Amino acid sequence: MLELHSITKSLGEFHLRDFTLSLREGEYFSLLGPTGVGKTIVLEIIAGLLRPDEGSVHWHGRDVTSLPPEQRRFALVYQDYALFPHLSVLRNVAYGLRSRGIASTDACDKARQMLKLLTISHLVDRAPETLSGGEKQRVALARALVIEPRMLLLDEPLAALDLNVRTRLRRLLRDIHQRTGMTVLHVTHDVEEALSLGQRLGIMLDGQLQQTGTPDEVFLRPTDQRVADFLGLRNVLPVEAVRNGFCVVAGVEVAVAMASRSTRHLWIRPEEILLSAEPFDSSARNQFECRVVDWEHSGSLLAVRIAVRELLLTAIITHTSFRELAIAEGADLYCTFKSSALHCIGDEASASDGDATRSTARRG
Amino acid sequence: MLVAPLARQSAHDRRRLPWFELVLILLGSVVVLFIVAPLIRILLATSFGELGGAARDEQLIESIKLTLVCAATATLVCTVTGVPLGYLLARKRFPGRAALMAIVDLPIVIPHSAAGIALLTVIGRQSLLGSVTDGGLVGTAAGISVAMAFVSVPFLVNASHSAFAAVPSRLERAARTLGASPWRVFRTVSLPLAWRDILGGMVMMWGRGISEFGAVIIIAYHPMTTPILVFERFGDYGLAASRSAAVVLILICVAIFIVLRIVAGWRGVRRREDA
Repeated sequence: MLELHSITKSLGEFHLRDFTLSLREGEYFSLLGPTGVGKTIVLEIIAGLLRPDEGSVHWHGRDVTSLPPEQRRFALVYQDYALFPHLSVLRNVAYGLRSRGIASTDACDKARQMLKLLTISHLVDRAPETLSGGEKQRVALARALVIEPRMLLLDEPLAALDLNVRTRLRRLLRDIHQRTGMTVLHVTHDVEEALSLGQRLGIMLDGQLQQTGTPDEVFLRPTDQRVADFLGLRNVLPVEAVRNGFCVVAGVEVAVAMASRSTRHLWIRPEEILLSAEPFDSSARNQFECRVVDWEHSGSLLAVRIAVRELLLTAIITHTSFRELAIAEGADLYCTFKSSALHCIGDEASASDGDATRSTARRG
Repeated sequence: MLVAPLARQSAHDRRRLPWFELVLILLGSVVVLFIVAPLIRILLATSFGELGGAARDEQLIESIKLTLVCAATATLVCTVTGVPLGYLLARKRFPGRAALMAIVDLPIVIPHSAAGIALLTVIGRQSLLGSVTDGGLVGTAAGISVAMAFVSVPFLVNASHSAFAAVPSRLERAARTLGASPWRVFRTVSLPLAWRDILGGMVMMWGRGISEFGAVIIIAYHPMTTPILVFERFGDYGLAASRSAAVVLILICVAIFIVLRIVAGWRGVRRREDA
């Protein structure tokens, strides 16, 4: 549907090289890469704000490389929201409609409906600078959605928000996508964010797309070591069985906050695993006895491999903790991690794959 | 809790030695005094009677009208062409942009009498324009406006340039993706966010035009603008005769300057709200 063919673009320090990407109708695609890799440039090329040095952009088979942004109708939501400071929330949201020649009263009516849909009707007359980060983000989304864009381009939409707001907005984005069946390209540096929203992921390193695929494919079969390192792919655990809130991995039953029947793999960041010499009371629901298998340097930290019976895990700790815990091969310790630190791979993607098929069918 | 900030405070004080501050203040006051003293002296030396006389001085009033109108005309005409140039400089990157910025600044560094002579070659009697229009713009109000515009337009272009540069380009780009054409973006986003600074540049250009002497006197001794009238009276009749006209001119320029500060003040308020 949307295709980028071997795009090359140099802009200051950023270089896109032979960048090829293909999006499917109605899918939620997460483009994942470290900060400063040029992800925003990709969005701006798709939106028509930047002209690629080489390569082309196709939309439903038609070459749109030289089509100006106002004729593409790919709404772009920037990380800093880019609300117009001289216009009220209502005028901000109505802006795109007014630009399309819709009369002021009709545009404002539609804008009001959109604000209501995003549950921010009360902000209608406010000035953007008086809004909180989460409110600004909703207004920016309303402003983009109200023009019924052919595609929604999101540039790190959740990066500047605190955790609570982020969780709520994540849900909102998922709702919007399911309700509208709109194609969404979501750019982020946050692996968990990409994982929780994207039906498909693209991993972008050094100005190139290294790998695309479902979260399953990317997490379980990273094409090379750099992708694996970027994703922090330690502790991807095959699930043997799921029973109400627990998953069995390598014979060990662990509590998982968001497990569903179709969870095929669990993933926990090594930083989320705490090691201690004695068991201690905490709200974390997983605490096990473990034994140190081996350890290695990992940057300025240490990666310690531990075994909970048959289950092998990697924990990242500091040199101080390493000394205090007197870590040595074969030492007995306790490991603790929250049930919410275990991310499920498989269920999200399979559930949303179904949605994608449905929405495609509806459109077809 | 209290100890830490106090300790920091005293370290802070030790760094900024009082004698150094004293030197700064002393040297600074020399500059301020240097600017203010002549102005205050001339105001004090001028009696209300003299000012009343100035108010009935037909020639002076005519010259003030001429000066204000010529400078305003120059400003308005240059706004139409200078503001787009400012936008171009702020938004587009093209070969020769740096050279263009340098060219815009040229009138500031060229001696204004020399600038007047240069202008004569374009709008004077011997110029192409002069041969077509019988005498060119020499000795006309239009000629005065051209001379004023030449020396003061850099202020407007530079103010517009920085005004547009201060508008985040993401706002313009977001507007484009929402369906606005470049012209609509300029009209509804860039200009509304930049107009205060541009207005500041216009007032600045107007004030600079009013005070111009060197370039104007080359193009037109008559009709006479106020700076030239002050010069003529000083030359023909001496200090006392030129003083009241000078005071009136100074007061006009101070009034314009106050307007400029007020406009700049709005700008300050807006910036704070943005932050």
